[in-house]
Amino acid sequence: MQLSAENLACERGGRTVFSNQNFTLGSGELLQLTGPNGSGKSSLLRLLASLGEPSHGRISLAGGAPDMNPGQQAHYIAHSDASKSALTVTENLIFWRDFLGGGDLMRAMQAVNLAALADYPAALLSAGQRRRLALARLALVPRAIWLLDEPSVGLDESAQKLLAALMNGHLREGGLIVAATHVPLGLNPDKNLHLGGTP
Amino acid sequence: MKLLLALLRRDLILAARQGGGVGTALGFFLTVLVLLPIGIGPDQVTLQRLAPGILWITLLLSVLLSADRIFQQDFEDGSLEIMVMAPASLELVALTKAIAHWLSTSLPLSIAAPFLGILLNLRTEIIWPLTLAMVLGSSALSLLASIGASLTLNLRRGGLLISILVLPLYVPVLVFGMSATTGNPEVIAPSLLILAAITLASLVLAPIAAAAALRAYLK
Repeated sequence: MQLSAENLACERGGRTVFSNQNFTLGSGELLQLTGPNGSGKSSLLRLLASLGEPSHGRISLAGGAPDMNPGQQAHYIAHSDASKSALTVTENLIFWRDFLGGGDLMRAMQAVNLAALADYPAALLSAGQRRRLALARLALVPRAIWLLDEPSVGLDESAQKLLAALMNGHLREGGLIVAATHVPLGLNPDKNLHLGGTP
Repeated sequence: MKLLLALLRRDLILAARQGGGVGTALGFFLTVLVLLPIGIGPDQVTLQRLAPGILWITLLLSVLLSADRIFQQDFEDGSLEIMVMAPASLELVALTKAIAHWLSTSLPLSIAAPFLGILLNLRTEIIWPLTLAMVLGSSALSLLASIGASLTLNLRRGGLLISILVLPLYVPVLVFGMSATTGNPEVIAPSLLILAAITLASLVLAPIAAAAALRAYLK
């Protein structure tokens, strides 16, 4: 499987956020996106998630399901955690499992160390725990491509290790990860893309 | 199919747990019905004549009261983006969410409303035609509300704008809903059939319109 971007440019509200970006990412590779605030890291992830059209250039995926766009084969962990305060941890995950197509609930909760809070309403979770609930989707539903937007925000040291282990496991199974981050994720990225001028 | 059932179930649970669902709408409905006779005056003949119209208009407004919930919360917490990304058809997602709104708000209201009409001295022989017309029409109300909800997605407090956008679309439902309550048996059946037709048309068109608006916002 190979995800590649050619000559990619993104425009938001008439302003060019970035232009002329190229990369190729193969199975089992991690691409780390860096750059200052507003340099377009999130915008690039949204383009990869097929949540928008690049103003120039194209994104292509080789070796995936031919009738699906890259976004449909990807997990996208954005800043918002896509969980409902009124539902318990388990109910939130059951919904995403059924909606996104199957997975092992217990394994997902253990992967982010939320099993002890399974019957807790998400409203009572701390910011870091909510982040872990969002990350549990990664372990819950198999998807080849992971698009992570600052996945480690709000996580404590042990949760960051869990995240690194989760990402490592995915890479070993031949998955692709694109992660935007300001802090080291505890993994050695195979590729680096710095947006917004010279590093 | 399974994923749509999961969505429907989740939306119904959320409507039940978060409040602002049928309880609030029914409370609003009841309050308006209690206030109106005070405003109009206690004349029983006038109230009886106005009752069906009052009930219909209050139903339209109560349905719109919770319309912004159809997509707004999912938009704010990022769930909607993931739903848009998923291989599921966005039209079916929009349809499912409109159905959840119908089941949690419009349907219970439309069943209860004619009986609350007793407060307005509603003629007892039109309770059943009115119930039938409201149940038929209420699904169109929720479906049309989903268009307004999708168009005002990123506006906080978009509720008022939804009303302005959607109320004109409610006119056909109101017209034929009212003609079903004239008490004239020759008019009731055709009116109900036309209401059913409006519902079927919105069943097809509203999800397409709502999904198009959602795409425009999220992509």
